[in-house]
Amino acid sequence: MNTITDLSRRGVLQNTGALFVAFSMADAGAAMAAAATADGRPPLLPTELDSWISISREGMVTVYFGKIDGGQGTDLAMVQIVAEEMDMPVKNVGIVQGDTARTVNQGGASGSTGVRFAGAALRQAGAEARRVLVNRAAEKLGVPAERLTVTDGVVSMMGDPSKKISYAEIMNGGFFHSEIGWNKQYGNPLALTSPAKPKSPKDYKVVGTSPPRLDVHGKVFGTTPWVQDIRVEGMLHGRMIRPSIAGASVVAVDESSIANIPGAKVVRKGDFLGVVAPKEWDAIKASQSLKVTWSQVADPFPDQAQLYEHIRKAPISKSDEQKKGDIDAGFAKAAKIVEAEYEWPFQSHASMGPGCAVADVKADGTTTIWTGTQKPHFAAQGVAGCLGVPVEKVHAIWVTGPGSYGRNDAGDVTMDAAVMSQLTGKPVRVQYMRYEGHGWDPKAPASVHRARAALDANGNVLAIDFVSKGFSRIETNSTEAEPGDTLAGMLLGHKSARTQAFNLPENAYTFENKRLAWETVAALLPGPSPLRTSHMRDPLGPQIAFANESFIDEVAFAANADPVEFRLKYLSQERDRAVVQAAAEKAGWKPGKAGARRTQRGDIVTGRGVAYSQRTGTMVAIVADVEVNTKTGALRVPRVTVAHDCGCIVNPDALRRVIEGNVVQGLSRSIHEEVQFDRKNVRSVDWLTYPIVDITEAPPQIDIVLLNHPDAMSTGAGEATMRPLAAAINNAIFEATGSRIRRAPLTPQRIRTSTV
Amino acid sequence: MHKCVGGADKTHPSRDKYGLAVLEAALRGASAPRTYFAAGRDGSMAEKFTLRVNGSDHTIEADPDMPLLYALRDDLGMSNPHFGCGLSQCGACTVHVDGVATRSCVTPVSRVAGHDVVTLQGLGTPEKPHPLQTAYVEEQVVQCGYCLNGWVMTAAAFLNKTKKPTDGQIREALTGLKCRCGTHTAIMRAVKRAADKMA
Repeated sequence: MNTITDLSRRGVLQNTGALFVAFSMADAGAAMAAAATADGRPPLLPTELDSWISISREGMVTVYFGKIDGGQGTDLAMVQIVAEEMDMPVKNVGIVQGDTARTVNQGGASGSTGVRFAGAALRQAGAEARRVLVNRAAEKLGVPAERLTVTDGVVSMMGDPSKKISYAEIMNGGFFHSEIGWNKQYGNPLALTSPAKPKSPKDYKVVGTSPPRLDVHGKVFGTTPWVQDIRVEGMLHGRMIRPSIAGASVVAVDESSIANIPGAKVVRKGDFLGVVAPKEWDAIKASQSLKVTWSQVADPFPDQAQLYEHIRKAPISKSDEQKKGDIDAGFAKAAKIVEAEYEWPFQSHASMGPGCAVADVKADGTTTIWTGTQKPHFAAQGVAGCLGVPVEKVHAIWVTGPGSYGRNDAGDVTMDAAVMSQLTGKPVRVQYMRYEGHGWDPKAPASVHRARAALDANGNVLAIDFVSKGFSRIETNSTEAEPGDTLAGMLLGHKSARTQAFNLPENAYTFENKRLAWETVAALLPGPSPLRTSHMRDPLGPQIAFANESFIDEVAFAANADPVEFRLKYLSQERDRAVVQAAAEKAGWKPGKAGARRTQRGDIVTGRGVAYSQRTGTMVAIVADVEVNTKTGALRVPRVTVAHDCGCIVNPDALRRVIEGNVVQGLSRSIHEEVQFDRKNVRSVDWLTYPIVDITEAPPQIDIVLLNHPDAMSTGAGEATMRPLAAAINNAIFEATGSRIRRAPLTPQRIRTSTV
Repeated sequence: MHKCVGGADKTHPSRDKYGLAVLEAALRGASAPRTYFAAGRDGSMAEKFTLRVNGSDHTIEADPDMPLLYALRDDLGMSNPHFGCGLSQCGACTVHVDGVATRSCVTPVSRVAGHDVVTLQGLGTPEKPHPLQTAYVEEQVVQCGYCLNGWVMTAAAFLNKTKKPTDGQIREALTGLKCRCGTHTAIMRAVKRAADKMA
């Protein structure tokens, strides 16, 4: 079993108590920073091969990954890729992730780029490490490098296996001290270059197989330290205080209201307000007892019922469009015009555990943060900005946290812990409460989508016009690098760039005349708002595809066409066609216009729907089966069929589970999730006020067809399946009921109302 | 009087005895719910409790209202169970109290003194795993895994009572538990696999 500890220097810490490991990790981080010169390790630069790979005296390889795995097994993919290139057994390769003292900034978990970008860089590093090691073996053995082969980390002469030397013997506990080229871009685009040529996919032995995940064992037996488990000597527990009306400022704090709670203290700087106490329960009690006078502010939000009207009427803050052909000419010739508008609500990350972080800010500004953020390197920058210390003084150590699917609350809590630690002079652990996890995380943007299509008399598409209008996907940036993009930073007066951006649909439809466009509108409340918007798993993908792929179905219906055939008619690229065909075939799709597959037994009607989309080169098609109770509107999804093409598959079993997770989480967002708010604040503050999918609703059958292209680039799988799911379900509901729903989520009430 | 009482049905929100507290939280908006104790209740009323956890006795001094979760995590240094909601809505904090799956985040420590508490680490070990832990590893259920205590501890208590359950019985036993990563189909496979072994 691999561990996520640093195998080369710390030894193997297996089956130890979580707290012990936690302290070891802290110790290891500090030791590494101090040991950078003492043990001869080169500085942590992208140009040093030692920054990417190390080999211990015992022959264990450690990979240094400048992203993190949030629970999809990306770390294992990196291990497999490096094991492949180095001809190492997977079990002897470990990984260090997201520690700013030990890994180069590869952008953190971001946009399903783990395998796509970081995997490509580490593949090159692994190939280069093998090349350097084989050359050194050639020297030591006195044999030309061309005549050497590597098996399980041992270099030997072809035809004379007695001439051999292991990686461990070559390295002798030392470092490569070898340069590797790079493209001089930190973050997601970071790429490495070297004389080494990575393996041809036809020679793969490890990539394409399914060893078990690195972290499952420790999590199942409760030995894995989570970020919530980090304890530092002398640490205080902190809780934040949020206003009951969004946008209100602190006028006065009655410190006497918590005087009877042992050790409880108010921590305040302007509008940044929290409490600390030596005992966690006392910190909670203090946070709930503290009397605060807030400023009177005008109601910050419109009525929720007016949300979509607000978006429609709001001035456009920024827009963009992509045009092909002449849509006006297309509409001028139309025999039939189809028009529809779709709506998608605010959604919450609502992570399984609310954000938690520990920070230790010393008097001289030297700072250590233990964080569950997806982007620890950027978080270190944000912490430095919030504290006013140089970023070189901030050491961020990523520790696994509750699954995070975008810019959730893990970054904000990191800033809060750092500021609290600076203000108290003690290490502080901040654990958000549930109401903060739902109520104060950045939200996925709400939006409306206007679609028009022109058809000729034969049902051919003459033109398509599709415009999304909604809140920016990066009103709050997807990283915490700028203090103004964090709650703490905003409360301390830092400004955010409040960048305006939305997305266009991604697909390969060959419509001759089309316009795809987006428009953004200003945030309802600028600053530290509980409705500020940012990235959430497949940012804007579900919103846009819900509208776009539901609308394609409307157009197919107007053209009297089978929804699968209609899509294929306008898809010319082989891999796009293949996913649609594979999903239809696996599902046993019976051709015919929407309604052809409908069945009815009593109050229960059934239907099937298809949807397809691309995401940064990954193609997914989904067939969803639904059962609808026409009396109650109750929806059941007994089966979902997914055809998935992400290029070269690294670990098919892990990929299947990621796809399953996408389906179930996507179902949750499709049928349940809608942030409730009133004019004063967000009212979705827990699992009752923000329901998610239940095990009684999860599809009993999820069939997955993986279309593998070993010669193609791996294009990412973390989010692509999420994208077309809501549309597939919605199209199935249409087949079952004959009524089209154009507002998500697809609740029983909406289904019933639309059916009546 | 403190409103939070443990020992009631802790299995899922539809039977949640603390619903009023939750509604109160909702009405207050996204600010801290004040549900656990009367405001200003004096924390100096700490009492001594002896907790029997995973077969070992531990004596702690704590506010009688403090949920068991904090005793386990902060006083005994046990990193599981997890804090998920503090409202008995998600299950991430689940332990066994006398063999009954119990949400430790709303169970006052005073209520469990003298009772047998078992956490995930007490359920099984890598050397002597519970069939559900084996099944979880074999099925590679986990995405992030933060919710795992709820599913495994609840399913373990259920499978102790119910042999050869149907899919419907399993779903009913686990309803209300939360998993944000959407591993529900994998959970079903693992629980069925464990049920076969425990039959």
